[in-house]
Amino acid sequence: MPVTISLPSVLAKLADGSKVITVEGATVGEVVAQVAERYPGLAPRLRDGDGKPYPFVTFYLNDQDIRLTGGFDTTVRDGDEVTVVPAIAGG
Amino acid sequence: MTALSSTELPALDQDEILRYSRHLILPEVGLQGQRRLKGASVLLVGAGGLGSPLALYLAAAGVGRIGLVDFDRVDLTNLQRQVLHGTSQVGRSKLASARERIADLNPHVQVETYETRLTSANALEILRDYDVIIDGTDNFPTRYLVNDACVLLGKPNVYGSIFRFDGQASVLATPDGPCYRCLFREPPPPGLVPSCAEGGVLGVLPGLIGTIQATEAIKLITGAGTPLVGRLLLVDALEMRFRTVQLRKDPECPACGTREITELVDYEQFCGLEVEPATSNGVAQLTPLELAARLGRADDFDLIDVREPHEWEIGRIPGARLVPLGSLAEVLPQLDPAREVVVYCKSGNRSTRAALQLRAAGFERVWNLAGGILRWSEEVDPTVPRY
Repeated sequence: MPVTISLPSVLAKLADGSKVITVEGATVGEVVAQVAERYPGLAPRLRDGDGKPYPFVTFYLNDQDIRLTGGFDTTVRDGDEVTVVPAIAGG
Repeated sequence: MTALSSTELPALDQDEILRYSRHLILPEVGLQGQRRLKGASVLLVGAGGLGSPLALYLAAAGVGRIGLVDFDRVDLTNLQRQVLHGTSQVGRSKLASARERIADLNPHVQVETYETRLTSANALEILRDYDVIIDGTDNFPTRYLVNDACVLLGKPNVYGSIFRFDGQASVLATPDGPCYRCLFREPPPPGLVPSCAEGGVLGVLPGLIGTIQATEAIKLITGAGTPLVGRLLLVDALEMRFRTVQLRKDPECPACGTREITELVDYEQFCGLEVEPATSNGVAQLTPLELAARLGRADDFDLIDVREPHEWEIGRIPGARLVPLGSLAEVLPQLDPAREVVVYCKSGNRSTRAALQLRAAGFERVWNLAGGILRWSEEVDPTVPRY
């Protein structure tokens, strides 16, 4: 199922500059794994070595925090949008 | 926030009525709202990129008492974005500079300054005296400190954060709303996220985000509109895309949910600082003078610059080879793990990560240049520009 994943510019840099990537997957976890496979440099910024989410990178499925809907097991539908929000600290 | 009843609100004198006339004719602010602003106190943690527009707009808006926490001096590299300070203030304390600028902008504002780093020992005491707290800091440890202190004290935390071209803003730690730990439970480990000093930031971005924070603070004080509670605003300045995602109060949040956090913790200071800590992570450090001596003796080792090509163009150490951190994995097979390697970056953060990556790949003699090319410029070769 094609799903888009949106990256902020800080992470897009590690995905050859792509801010919106279209991938296939049935769950958010699968979508993230696809992106991680396509861009190995980006992979460690998205989730840990075991494929688990970090406490400092939040994923939204159509603007809803996935932690409230099953985390990486949350199912995605055709045309859904996953947004990656990493913690940033600049001021 | 403690709402003052209209009889307790301070009155405005004639000069103030004229000064704030454009507010007074807005029904959403009006005389009552303006008196609320005058009766309010706001603490700005950080007088830098975000703190600059915040201090200026909140002072202009007539917030009665503004507190500022910072311990830095004005540096030439600040002026690209920190519009509170001017060229004539370079080298002076940011708080002295801010105090003068605010006094000139609006003499009706009472300014309190705290020339200190916010720590677990002083945070509660400093924050306690203010109605609204604004997080304009530049590092994770202070952000967690501000959040936890706001939750413990029951104060709203007007959050804003920036990096390169991205910004985030929200109003956190209100009685029914989420806090920063509902969004990001724990800070990233040292070295995973570059600081603004290393990663750069578009100068107007803190202007955009700081004015959004100032708007939210004014709304909280006056009661106008709908505050950014339960929503996280994401700004992409390159695409000029603004969007909000929903934030929920996390019942498992150790700060505002389970309330396991009953006292403040100091995380290791690892980013947002000019000079990175002399190492951690067990990576051997080489000082710039030691490196210069080794280069002078023509010792046999590989010198690798892990910065980006645009930084390399600004200046570099003779004999170095450019391998940006992101492409190190690709270049690894071309390097000889038996050889000694010295890595450097701007201030030592990225090169520490590179050193760890090299060690994991079997390189046994890896050195990190302490303080990076900035310290090299200070101690060895001043012709290499600071940036």
